[in-house]
Amino acid sequence: MFRSNWKWAVAAIVIVVAAAGTGCKKKSPFPASGAIAGWEKTSETRVYAAKDLYQYIDGDAEQYISAGVVSTSTSDYKYQGQLEATVDVHTMKDAAGARKILETGTKDAKPVQLGDAGFAYAQSVIFRKGSSLVRIVAYESTPDTPQALLALARGVEAKL
Amino acid sequence: MKSRRDFLKTAAAGAVLLGSNSKLGLAAALDQHTSKSKVVVARDAALHGADGKLDEKRVQALLDRAIASYTGYDKPVEAWKHIVPVGKVIGLKTNGLGGKGISTHLALVLAICERLQQAGVKPGEIVVWDRNARDLEACGLTINTDSSRIRCYGNDVSGFEDQQESWGVAHIKLSKILTRDCAMILNLPILKDHGMAGVTFAMKNMYGVVDRPQSLHAGNCNPGVADLNCIPSIREKVRFTIGDAMTSVYDGGPGFHPERLWRPNALIVGEDRVAVDHTAWQMIERKRAEAGVPTLEAAGHAPRYIATAADQAHNLGTNDPQHIHLLEV
Repeated sequence: MFRSNWKWAVAAIVIVVAAAGTGCKKKSPFPASGAIAGWEKTSETRVYAAKDLYQYIDGDAEQYISAGVVSTSTSDYKYQGQLEATVDVHTMKDAAGARKILETGTKDAKPVQLGDAGFAYAQSVIFRKGSSLVRIVAYESTPDTPQALLALARGVEAKL
Repeated sequence: MKSRRDFLKTAAAGAVLLGSNSKLGLAAALDQHTSKSKVVVARDAALHGADGKLDEKRVQALLDRAIASYTGYDKPVEAWKHIVPVGKVIGLKTNGLGGKGISTHLALVLAICERLQQAGVKPGEIVVWDRNARDLEACGLTINTDSSRIRCYGNDVSGFEDQQESWGVAHIKLSKILTRDCAMILNLPILKDHGMAGVTFAMKNMYGVVDRPQSLHAGNCNPGVADLNCIPSIREKVRFTIGDAMTSVYDGGPGFHPERLWRPNALIVGEDRVAVDHTAWQMIERKRAEAGVPTLEAAGHAPRYIATAADQAHNLGTNDPQHIHLLEV
């Protein structure tokens, strides 16, 4: 009996170590260049822990911290070599935190089918999926901007 | 426009506010006729085209108009000669924290650099700076540490002093760009709503000068902003604000929120940082009212640090409209 338990314990450890080293590594939510038609990823992904979030968004950090942000990842994109945009993925402690942020300040927004809930403006898209809150902002308003942002948002959603 | 002799004759009036070593307008800081702090708001309704793009050529003209109105000199080069000292390094503190959409405009930085050089400042005596490379690049700037040209780098390159400085709740280490590299700083903030401070403009821009700005956000940044501006190097070296209100965010700041973007098409210029911030705050409140957004007071983040900065203990300037000579041009 004892010998049998020992073998199971060794097997479990091997599985855990292997999983940590490979398959269970958290995948990036940021689509690679070309993965979404017209979009190119133009920067490395920067990651800010909650305590360092002020470095990225200064006074905006407080609302995310009070909603339980764990970390924020951000990356820049360009659409058809012209339209610049930034994707922020806030990983919250739980879905309630993501909901709390999404519910503030979306009164003029158009609801869109993204994740658990989403909204679009002319130059930005915001949605939540589980404990993730995603905000995508374009720096220019062109006729293509809304559709291009939605396509990128769907690419991020699929990777969450 | 007044003559150089008139200008010098009235210089003493402003020395109270600026300190004796200032070469800046002096008479302009406290208007010699009214003994009020002068703030100029220069506007150009055509600054942004119908496509929403900034007309960069008009920025130089707007800057010249703002500086001429402030100093009383209609010739830009003459005016700038009275703003900056000769043979000293001048820092231009930008603000790129909000990212590409809401950072100090490159066109303004370039226009100022152009006039500084025409006034006799050598390229190597100009340092454009901010917290880090990311912030500077958000303004469209390129990092350069070669001192034969205009330099551009952040605190991430210069580092901070080892010695901590304190004033009130501010216990911070200062950027070496402020303490060692520059003799005088031109403050180039961009006007924004701020979810904690209420308004971020001249005084709040100094959070980008220190090692731990997060330690100054308690109490809606009050008294953090006021205390920080009382640190001697900041009080004495940061002498003149050329505030970028060409584009602004009136709600949801300080980050870039295109849905709350607003184009005041203005520059706000002055030496009295409190008066400048008070003027900027009123502009934000007017826009919020127009957009049907609650006042900053109702939203729970009125910029109380402005009144604190004006109190007797801080004495950084005035927030009393009766003592501000607001010149809108």
